[in-house]
Amino acid sequence: MKLRIRHTKLGKIRFTSHRDTARHWERAVRKADVALAYSAGFTPRPRMSFGLALPTGAESLAEYLDVELAAGLAPDLDDLAVRFSAAMPVGYEVTHVVERDASSSPSLQEDVVACTWVFTLDGVECAEVSSAIGTTLSATTLMVERERKGQRSTDDVRPAILDLSVAPSTDDPRPHLCAMLATNGRGLRPLELVAAMFPALDPVDTAARVLRTQQWIERDGVQREIIPASPVAARAPVVCA
Amino acid sequence: MTSLWARVEPLLARVQKPARYIGCEDGAITPRHAPGKVSWLLAYPDTYEIGLPNQGLQILYEILNERDDAVAERTYAPWSDLETLLRQRGVPLFSVDTHRAAGDFDVLAFSLAAELVYTNVLNMIDLAGVPVRSAQRDESHPLVVLGGHCAFNPEPLADFVDLAVLGEGEEVIGDITEIVRDWKASGRTPGSRDGLLRELSKVPGVYVPAMYDVEYDGPALRAVTPKHADVPAVVHKRTVADLGQWPYPKSPMAPLTEVVHDRLAVEVFRGCTRGCRFCQAGMITRPVRERPAEQVRTMIEAGLRRTGYDEVSLTSLSTADFSGIEQVTKSINPAGCGTSDQVTISLPSLRVDAFTVGLAGQVAGGRRSGLTFAPEAGSWRMRQVINKLITEEDLYGAVESAYSQGWYRMKLYFLTGLPTEADPDTLGIVDLARNCVQIGRTHTNRASVTVSLGGFVPKPHTPFQWFGQNTTDELRRKVQLVREAGHRAKGVTVKWHDPAATLAEGIAARGDRRIGNVMERVWRAGGVFQEWSEFFRLGRWEEAMAAEGLSVDWYVHRHRDEHEVLPWDHLSAGLHKDFLWHDWQESLAEHGLPDCRWTPCYDCGVCTGYGIEHVVASPVAPAGGSQGTGQDLTRGGEVPVELLPRRREPEIAVASDSGVLA
Repeated sequence: MKLRIRHTKLGKIRFTSHRDTARHWERAVRKADVALAYSAGFTPRPRMSFGLALPTGAESLAEYLDVELAAGLAPDLDDLAVRFSAAMPVGYEVTHVVERDASSSPSLQEDVVACTWVFTLDGVECAEVSSAIGTTLSATTLMVERERKGQRSTDDVRPAILDLSVAPSTDDPRPHLCAMLATNGRGLRPLELVAAMFPALDPVDTAARVLRTQQWIERDGVQREIIPASPVAARAPVVCA
Repeated sequence: MTSLWARVEPLLARVQKPARYIGCEDGAITPRHAPGKVSWLLAYPDTYEIGLPNQGLQILYEILNERDDAVAERTYAPWSDLETLLRQRGVPLFSVDTHRAAGDFDVLAFSLAAELVYTNVLNMIDLAGVPVRSAQRDESHPLVVLGGHCAFNPEPLADFVDLAVLGEGEEVIGDITEIVRDWKASGRTPGSRDGLLRELSKVPGVYVPAMYDVEYDGPALRAVTPKHADVPAVVHKRTVADLGQWPYPKSPMAPLTEVVHDRLAVEVFRGCTRGCRFCQAGMITRPVRERPAEQVRTMIEAGLRRTGYDEVSLTSLSTADFSGIEQVTKSINPAGCGTSDQVTISLPSLRVDAFTVGLAGQVAGGRRSGLTFAPEAGSWRMRQVINKLITEEDLYGAVESAYSQGWYRMKLYFLTGLPTEADPDTLGIVDLARNCVQIGRTHTNRASVTVSLGGFVPKPHTPFQWFGQNTTDELRRKVQLVREAGHRAKGVTVKWHDPAATLAEGIAARGDRRIGNVMERVWRAGGVFQEWSEFFRLGRWEEAMAAEGLSVDWYVHRHRDEHEVLPWDHLSAGLHKDFLWHDWQESLAEHGLPDCRWTPCYDCGVCTGYGIEHVVASPVAPAGGSQGTGQDLTRGGEVPVELLPRRREPEIAVASDSGVLA
């Protein structure tokens, strides 16, 4: 049985890396006593594959992984979600475990086309955020100088910005920026967006909180969440409306 | 006490590996602070990755948190990027459990396993906002405590710590807690700190440096004497008689981020009586106390279930010597460990013989990453001097067994700069490695051997404590000899430790109180994380020694004579000084000494003096190998055995075997 799992990563645990999260899952599966299928080969590994990396320091409401259970297992999936949540460190909650039809869906890494992020911004007024959104969306190109793997390059990141808006906030007076960013190609990292929109500010101080709220795939020309969190969130990026 | 989290959190977005500072590990305990409790901050003066797996710290953390009158949290040395931010923004050192300021704890206790972290201790005291010198602290400051192997010569840190605790901590931390608890209840009144320290100095195992006067005679030490009649002239170590009474950690830590030993660890015994003369651990942790095999098995199963690990390391100073080893390895049932996966057992500190390798092969779960052996010296003569009685036959048998079972990479540990070491001994290292590769090549073309070469630092409480350490130049020359010979040997790679760091270690290892000023100078000049090569500069140490008018040669390279007062003579691991001297003379005569677990007692002083004895399930040496057992003299030549005349002490007859007196 192949499963797709959706979970959160919130609070102090956000300072662990994507690789750390993979290790947390390997131990949690054993703690929950769920037998996984193993890869063949000289050093067999449990069959688990993880979605797009979440940057260290960012939180998320929408992390995903795929696992394959050992042959013959068909556990109750709601119960499995509870067991996984209990076995994972504090800060993770497993919200969904669904059966995955591997023949009709590619891997998470290949399938996701965009992610929605909500930034809690420090040291900027709401009006400045609105103005930066206007400037960014009306620009045809947005050149950013960045370095990856020791290579410096100047790229046009405007095509990766699919939507920007001011997100409504319930209890935090600071402005919230909602951004839908494409993940194909080199994409655009959340902090790179903040640096591009507010070039005069320090992006680390400015982006006090970075939260991934959704990961989007495309089916028949329509974007939808990989596993919808709720009927509301299942539609286009309503959160940003 | 309030949490500093709100001030720490924004800094973590700017540092490498921030997961080191968040706590939240599996196995972490939610501390419950209360005014009547003694709060301990257990500190490891190195990075989180190195400190988290430390078993001593995990054990004390649990025992303290189980007490009604104590609470314990943990902290580790912040890496330089975080330290810079903490200092810039005026945020003090904090605990990782609840991010409380280190200075708000009642006790700040450091675990010290190696000398090069001493300057980190000063740095962490300072980062806590606490005066680094003990004499400048008052009732509002935490007590600074030091434990671990380095506590057996804490003199270089004597001016900075309030207490050094000798030996095993399980019991003594309770004694200290009770005294500090009563002192807190009495109101921590101004001027009461001295009385508290005096009270603590009477606790067996607790050494309070401030309660002792040190007299010098020129460069030499004349005497270290207690200031008061009720302060002991000699402080003796604490030893847990029965490890089976202490099945800790019960809730082992599984960290959230990568650490050096990322697996479950279960301690199978303490102490080692192989008697390797260079080995401080083997001397100061006597006698051997095994954990019952059944308890080991239940600790493995419960630990794996709790943590989700699929690998366990059975720890001790020489795990193949554990008499229950086969019983344990054969009885591990994955289902009992809450996993359907295979459980891998790793055996650190492998003994060098074919039996041990066979055992390692059975339990390694198909993994063949590499095997490490420690012959320590290149010639049989040299190995007799250091009493590491491994024959070439043992080593080649082990290597043959390893290659035939699928391993193809070996690592061999050696020391250089040992007493009486001459060039043929040093070059013998490469001969051994070359022969091992040759054995390997009959099995696989990939066979390779890495020689890891460390400079020898004589340690207190060992027979080599009188030996003058080799100079940096001499160590470099020997390393070069091995490197050049290694170049010509196919399949042999040579790695070595920096002889400059070996010199700094030598200054700290046998230093006296005057070295304290050197430590402070090195630290103030920026010398932290000295065991990390990117931070180490010998110049800082040489400049500090010169500024204090102290001679490196006198402290490090000079041979001591029998009657010299040593800076640690008032601290005892139970070993008689005349036993150590005798063993030093035996060493120079190239005489070996057998393992007293399986041969008659030669009265080193520990069992007889403390009324404790070996706790070993098997009265005979384990199968395989002649290494120091004294029971298989047919290989590798004669191992002459000579017993010291036994002292007349009443408890002897009760405490140990009879009929072997000289």
